[in-house]
Amino acid sequence: MGKQALGNDPFAAGATVRIRHLMPPGHVRAPAYIRGKRGTVERVIAPFKNPEQLAYGLPATEQMLYRIRFSATELWGDLAENPRDFIEAEVYAHWIEPQDHSHAT
Amino acid sequence: MPHDHHDHLSPAGHPYRADDDTPLSYWQTMEIAVRELLVEKNVTTPEEISAQIDKMDARSPAIGSAVVARAWVDPEFKQRLLKDGSAASLEMGFDVGPMHLIAVENTEDTHNIVVCTLCSCYPRNLLGLPPDWYKSRAYRSRTVKEPRKVLSEFGVTLGENVAVRVHDSTADMRYVVVPVRPQNTEGLSEAELASLVTRDSMIGTGVARDPSA
Repeated sequence: MGKQALGNDPFAAGATVRIRHLMPPGHVRAPAYIRGKRGTVERVIAPFKNPEQLAYGLPATEQMLYRIRFSATELWGDLAENPRDFIEAEVYAHWIEPQDHSHAT
Repeated sequence: MPHDHHDHLSPAGHPYRADDDTPLSYWQTMEIAVRELLVEKNVTTPEEISAQIDKMDARSPAIGSAVVARAWVDPEFKQRLLKDGSAASLEMGFDVGPMHLIAVENTEDTHNIVVCTLCSCYPRNLLGLPPDWYKSRAYRSRTVKEPRKVLSEFGVTLGENVAVRVHDSTADMRYVVVPVRPQNTEGLSEAELASLVTRDSMIGTGVARDPSA
């Protein structure tokens, strides 16, 4: 419970991260279109109780909530309407992993 | 007696709306059962429930419009609003509740638009109930993928050099867009400015009204 349960080291604003590429069943708050995608931390919001546990009436751990910014081309490739565009979503820490630039694909 | 073949039309010639005689859905039955139990067990009363519905219905985009107009006339307020939307709204007496408000500003080179792909999160305390289209699968799925096409269908055409910034309201934040203040509005009062701020301009599917148009 509490801070100890945070799944990751905290990420700083501007850090490059990757959303975990998982497809678990049930109530999940990371939209599928960002999973496996790279983005940057737009801002660090605050810790919130994990809604994926709250939804089932389970004791919920606190997870840091981040706003992650993705470029339209990262999400949609050639189908992106304009390479200038970007999409920002709120993502909980347990969905985020650090992105090593050297392994970027 | 009306003629038989006219029975389905009103005297004005319009069709009558069909009675809502369909069976209750699972969740409608569940809502009624839970509500009746809460009343039976004295947890709440029908009066309290009605009062809460009245409170929700009393909220409208006028609240958000007042906040935007203040941001247009008061640069320091705007900075506070962009830094902490909840606290700045509260300064004006608008409590956005347990959700946190993030205000995002449209500029010459960035246009913001808000969507909730996972459900239909909406800043209700600031804008009232969401329009039906905001909750539609089409709006929710298309806005993250083809925001410019969606915007053009709302009558907003953006230049190639303007970046679109889509905000997917996936968790505990709620979003309001501060639209660009229209040209030639220097002489307008704060209340007159607020009348230019439409609901859609605060969702990002529109722009503020041009007073000369």
